[in-house]
Amino acid sequence: MYKYTDEQLASMKKVEATRKERLEKLFGRMTADEKQAVLKENHPDYIDSAYEELKVGPNKGGKVLHELADLLQGKSRVIGMDIDLSKPDYDVDVLVIGGGGAGSSAAIEADNKGAKVMMVTKLRIGDANTMMAEGGIQAADKPNDSPAIHYLDAFGGGHFAAKHELLYKLVNDAPDCIKWLNELGVMFDKDKDGTMITTHGGGTSRKRMHACKDYSGAEIMRTLRDEVLNRGIPVVDFTAAIELIKDTEGKCAGAVLMNMETKEISIAKAKTVVIATGGAGRLHYQGFPTSNHYGATADGLVLGYRAGAKLLYADTLQYHPTGVAEPTQIYGALVTEKVRSLGAQLVNKNGEAFVYSLETRDVTASSIIRECKRRDNGVKTTDGEGVWLDTPMIDIIGGEGTIEKRIPAMLRMFGKYGIDIRKDPILVYPTLHYQNGGLDISADGMSTTVPNLFVAGEAVGGIHGRNRLMGNSLLDIIVFGRNAGKSAGEKCKSVEVKDLTLAHVEDFAKELDGAGLKPEKLSPQLLPNYTKQPAI
Amino acid sequence: MENMVNIFLFGKKYEVPESLTIMKAMEYAGYQLVRGCGCRNGFCGACSTIYRIKGERELHACLACQTKVEDNMYIATLPFFPLVKQVYDIEKIKPTEQIMMQLYPEIYSCIGCNACTKACTQGLNVMQYIAYAQRGDYAECAEESFDCVMCGVCSSRCPAGISHPQVAELARRLYGKYLAPETQHLIDRVKEIEDGKYVELIETLMNKPIEELKELYNNREIEK
Repeated sequence: MYKYTDEQLASMKKVEATRKERLEKLFGRMTADEKQAVLKENHPDYIDSAYEELKVGPNKGGKVLHELADLLQGKSRVIGMDIDLSKPDYDVDVLVIGGGGAGSSAAIEADNKGAKVMMVTKLRIGDANTMMAEGGIQAADKPNDSPAIHYLDAFGGGHFAAKHELLYKLVNDAPDCIKWLNELGVMFDKDKDGTMITTHGGGTSRKRMHACKDYSGAEIMRTLRDEVLNRGIPVVDFTAAIELIKDTEGKCAGAVLMNMETKEISIAKAKTVVIATGGAGRLHYQGFPTSNHYGATADGLVLGYRAGAKLLYADTLQYHPTGVAEPTQIYGALVTEKVRSLGAQLVNKNGEAFVYSLETRDVTASSIIRECKRRDNGVKTTDGEGVWLDTPMIDIIGGEGTIEKRIPAMLRMFGKYGIDIRKDPILVYPTLHYQNGGLDISADGMSTTVPNLFVAGEAVGGIHGRNRLMGNSLLDIIVFGRNAGKSAGEKCKSVEVKDLTLAHVEDFAKELDGAGLKPEKLSPQLLPNYTKQPAI
Repeated sequence: MENMVNIFLFGKKYEVPESLTIMKAMEYAGYQLVRGCGCRNGFCGACSTIYRIKGERELHACLACQTKVEDNMYIATLPFFPLVKQVYDIEKIKPTEQIMMQLYPEIYSCIGCNACTKACTQGLNVMQYIAYAQRGDYAECAEESFDCVMCGVCSSRCPAGISHPQVAELARRLYGKYLAPETQHLIDRVKEIEDGKYVELIETLMNKPIEELKELYNNREIEK
């Protein structure tokens, strides 16, 4: 049994006491105005002091969080290095940077086009947020649903800011992507007759969340990884891209690579490049814990920005409503939204429900922050505070065994610390989860400003607007990963690479100097530093 | 002041707070991890670790990100284990018993010692899923192995040299592709999209003024 404090135990009793009543009466949904109000008052995206104006680069004058500004305007790792671009160590058609779901999908599709593909990743293939996505993947494939309904859900959930052409692609390609994954052997949850078992996510108007228990991302990722390996696509692991290379015509034409262990530098020349480097949770914006994997440090945004790629909505982040608040050992880890899809309610320290469980993520997270910070209804925890997520409701609603069958990873994660989520509720608080913004692309997956630079996955901005619905990011890495792979694999056939150059890096450094910035911090950051030693 | 415990990282002693996981304790001690650290949440299998408590006989295996330190814990990480992964064309193979014999014949050398199961960091019945694979029962093998994070600890303990996680991966893909029931509503919807059935519908939506879209969104019908 986990050692809760007396205060926590007393509060837990109150949650138990009100459970029956809460089962019968659902908390009402907010109106559009109420949502706006709770967001403005509580969402971290609205805290002006956390932001600063960019002084240089394609988004000069735009606002981003301090932590990202430091990296975008940081010091290049190649400055002062003696780099010979005339003898590349690798010469390929398509260079994929990043070893997650988007990168792997891109590599497979570029391979299908007959291109010579190579993946580089600073950790291992599969060390990615994809692996950790628990809840599921959206696709409008049921008779009562349609891509148009999916479109409206995502567009509204993203505050009417998504780029139309990208969202169109997301929803319209979704069913085909599920089919593609299924044919690769991904084991979706299905009924005996083959019907997909689907649930709601926050902000969905149809039950279109497909899942593989609560290992959805892991099941997709390990299948894609297996496929990449079966095809013999070279994966250069423990090797980070530290700068993009262009040719004398300004086209993206490769990357400078660094071995993460030996620090050895190598040069990859490519006809097209795909950035699929994922998100930024490990920058711990505004001091938040994160659900993200170890390498989520916005590297792709930095590489792209220095090469002239425009960012879109880089100021907006997603704080997942339910990160672990206790036990402290897994503080910030993700508690999948599926827990709420299956019926668990959010409850304050008095045992009262305070928000409809499946509002969109930004609204739900803001409501939890309000409950703790403004209403003093949070439960004190080792690292701060939190609210209860009443997990025992799931087996009451769905029948005994539902938790074990549908969310085994959650049962195991808490079980390791002596917490049985079937019997007791758990403590949660918002955790930094997703980078809504990223590099700006057009529908073919190419950067709007740098030719032959393609982007896929979390590194893209604009697909979801200013907030993302559950299940639309596993979807986007597949849709836009495949899309980038196809486009890059096709494009490379007509590309002639001229002499390679890093002039853009020098130009950017001059621009920084001109703006009076003298950065010391090296970027991209590559890994967070959780020791007291100097950063690598 | 927090309670401290003594741990031994690769034999060297460090004093660390008792509330930490092994992974965080290594960082507390000053290790900047590059290997042996991935998702930090128990899904990626990068941080396989073996340990023994001083004075005890039993050797334990765990994920460093999911396990608290204990006093007198002797810790060695296992950031890489050379699993054997056979390559195959998923379009060409079939879910027959023969395919396992061809690709992973060593599974038939299992001596039933159950060391794999005892070592599993996810608490899976590894030996059982290998038995299912031997029989060509890929549905059961897939189900039993589903929560595998492919950390490789099982294989490190196997006297028969079996690469259990790769056997299970093959079984799951065979099941997912060939044995699980087909989804008719998915096939139908993909066909409709290919035929362009929704183009006009979505384009009409896209071209509406934002105010009208807001109205539609705020009043949309929500499935119970």
